[in-house]
Amino acid sequence: MTEFLDFAVKFAQLCFALAMTCAAVRLLRGPAAQDRVLALDTFYINGMLTLLMLGIRSSTTVYFDMALLIALFGFVGSIALAKFLLRGEVIEP
Amino acid sequence: MTIADLPWWITLPAGLLLILGALLTLVGSIGMLRLSHFYARMHPPSMGNTLGTGCVLLASMLISSALAGRPVIHEILITVFIVTTSPMTAMLLMRAAVHRSGARAQRQLAMRQE
Repeated sequence: MTEFLDFAVKFAQLCFALAMTCAAVRLLRGPAAQDRVLALDTFYINGMLTLLMLGIRSSTTVYFDMALLIALFGFVGSIALAKFLLRGEVIEP
Repeated sequence: MTIADLPWWITLPAGLLLILGALLTLVGSIGMLRLSHFYARMHPPSMGNTLGTGCVLLASMLISSALAGRPVIHEILITVFIVTTSPMTAMLLMRAAVHRSGARAQRQLAMRQE
């Protein structure tokens, strides 16, 4: 039964890599700025899931901390960019 | 216990959850690439992000709990974080898009009137 888990982890890694490619294409091609911010949001979540897959494969908890950090800072970046698009500045006086 | 001698009642649901989460995330990203305008492109990634991340983190929790021999639930941190922050990002981005498209329409109207 471990072959099934191995297959599932490899399949999930392939899917996340394809999803990151889609997000990167939208990031480079997106017609408006908000499309690029949305693509960046999708991109960092897929990267975080890829790191979690690496953590399952090597059965360590080191990758978990990095995944948590990516989720945190990615959220901060997305909110800052969306606020900039909305107001024209990030921190208002 | 290593990952090679996990029992089948751990690996079967974990593998199914991994495949389901990966497919959901992939469908969400393909939808973001393929749909026609921004408001349609807004919703597939948020589905893939929340549900796909939930499935993958549940599988990760199952496997690490079985490996450690005790309940390991610190992946709940990421789940709570993603579930609370993803709608905030979507809402703020949507408001920014509405604001920007409204501003562009007003500018075009002013140019037409001059």
